[in-house]
Amino acid sequence: MNDTVLWYATRGAGIVSLVLLTGVVVLGVVSVMRWQTALWPRFLTTGFHRNLALATLIFLATHVVTAVVDPFTALGWEAAIVPFSSAYHRFWLGLGVVAIYLLLAVVVTSVLRPLFGHRAWRTVHWLAYLMWPVALTHSIGTGTDPRFAWMLAIVAVCVGSVLGAVIWRIRRAAPMAWRQIPAASRQAQRWS
Amino acid sequence: MGETLQIDRIRCDGHGLCAELLPELISLDDWGYPILKAVAMPAHLREHARRAVDACPVLALRLAAAVKTS
Amino acid sequence: MELIPFRPDAESFATHHQRLGPLPSLPPGQLIAELEASGLLGRGGAGFPVARKWRAVAEGSSGGAVVLANGAEGEPLSLKDRSLMAARPHLVIDGALLAARAVGADDIIFYIGVEHRAADAALRHALAERPAAVRSRARIVKAPVGYVSGEESAAVHFVNAGDGRPTTTPPRPFERGVGVRPTLVQNVESLALAALIARRGHDWYKGLGQCPARGIGLITVSGAVNHAGVQEIEFGSTLAEVTAAAGGLRGEVQTMLLGGYFGGWADVDEQWGKPLDAQSMRARGLALGCGVVHFLTPERCGVEATARIMAYLASQSARQCGPCVFTLSAIAEATRRLAARSPQAHDLERVARWSSELPGRGACRHPDGAVGLLQSALKVFADDFAGHQRRHCLTVFEREREAVA
Repeated sequence: MNDTVLWYATRGAGIVSLVLLTGVVVLGVVSVMRWQTALWPRFLTTGFHRNLALATLIFLATHVVTAVVDPFTALGWEAAIVPFSSAYHRFWLGLGVVAIYLLLAVVVTSVLRPLFGHRAWRTVHWLAYLMWPVALTHSIGTGTDPRFAWMLAIVAVCVGSVLGAVIWRIRRAAPMAWRQIPAASRQAQRWS
Repeated sequence: MGETLQIDRIRCDGHGLCAELLPELISLDDWGYPILKAVAMPAHLREHARRAVDACPVLALRLAAAVKTS
Repeated sequence: MELIPFRPDAESFATHHQRLGPLPSLPPGQLIAELEASGLLGRGGAGFPVARKWRAVAEGSSGGAVVLANGAEGEPLSLKDRSLMAARPHLVIDGALLAARAVGADDIIFYIGVEHRAADAALRHALAERPAAVRSRARIVKAPVGYVSGEESAAVHFVNAGDGRPTTTPPRPFERGVGVRPTLVQNVESLALAALIARRGHDWYKGLGQCPARGIGLITVSGAVNHAGVQEIEFGSTLAEVTAAAGGLRGEVQTMLLGGYFGGWADVDEQWGKPLDAQSMRARGLALGCGVVHFLTPERCGVEATARIMAYLASQSARQCGPCVFTLSAIAEATRRLAARSPQAHDLERVARWSSELPGRGACRHPDGAVGLLQSALKVFADDFAGHQRRHCLTVFEREREAVA
């Protein structure tokens, strides 16, 4: 296999993973905010949230495998499994490993939610807010593309979306409070 | 083999995803909380019911074997 | 008087023992059979057959069950449980001991409303008079103030975790209750009656009451009567007899509340000669409930009285389930607006719609009980409600008319 192809695959899969993860986090916030319109019901938000997360895993697997297998990086499997053990970009790469573990914890508890129970699931799910910035820092730190404008643009959009979503979440009151809908209006159940 | 939908009313937070995915059996009141239709589960809706159970963010919905209560 | 003596102070163990003799040592199966034959129904409000409940707990227990004597009495209009505990604590203790033997329980909890101080003192004193073998198995837990605190899952939840809010059932207490063990939650009056039936046999209990009703029980008469208070009645007694024992009505009373806040309104004239007992009342669409018989003062407007009860019930929600928090509050708010004669355009209509949507959508039966009361009000006070929707009160109108005449 051509070195360059592997190198491009690693970077490409990494960037796609970052974008997908950003989408997942934003959709998670949208889901909690119970946002919906006549054409976009909530099950679309939660459905995409879950499916994009699973898609991310595929791209992450590609990203990790191509990186380890690539002779240019001289990374062993150990580097992918034990954080901060690589010679190459020890700290920034280590962050990536940490991010993957956090993501796996979130995904596993979600897939096996009936087993773990709601409270355990919820507690672990909060780690997503840690996982995303760690993943972002990893991509900025290890990435060789930040000098390109397009990469900066992608990072900017990702950061902007998550920041926007989080600010939206913080500013809006807790769900019980916003439910003081005037009783006269029926909350529309548009699907029948 | 009759199955019914059951809602844990304390866990339920009125997310309403169940009503989106199973509008034939679940509707929402004026505040977004589910109202179950008191009919037996027709076979063709069982798969949709499973999806609705899976979609509930707080695991408040479940499919249980129907129990006859006197 | 079997349950309530004429003396106001608590009966001592000596007097109790002298009057009734020792507690019979019937084997569990026989005890439950006696109760079953007597047809004793629970006196906490639901009227569930006592023997069936004991049997359900006994079946699930292998010696580690718990008996919870429920004396929380959260219903504001009911005074019978606290009066019984204050006057005949030993009878209640006997009942609890019998229940413990029947279901295989080592632990007995007396769950007494924190504000029922006389009952608490009497029971403490009575337990102190008992031998160590009894004292070591029994304890008193003070129930928090609140309408739902007497609900069986709430009682168990409070004993387990200090949280007096109902929990999702299943599992019900008879399967998994205090300390995850099968728990018998039984009203204190039911336990007292069980203690009497154990001594005298089911025929004694069936012989009481005015045919076809059977048995005796306690009711609380209040409102527009001359001598409000707790009465011991034979079931099947008519409303007229009960009212006479309460010193007669004060004024031209037209409506009454039967069964408590989870019961319903009824027309006094209609019920005057009719028997008070669970079965025949159910056939008439009413409920004996926890034995509350409350007469509405003639000057009071039924809509206003209903609005006050609805506001109270909405405030007593444990606030765990959306429908109880929001729909019940909305109903209470709309009823209040109607009572104040400043309703919104479709308040009466909305109240009817919301009440039809509410039953069965909470973890406990609190919203169902509230809706039951409201629906009886909409029936009995139909004209008044219609008037109030048009900003016009019939009661006030009639008073003014009488004043002018």
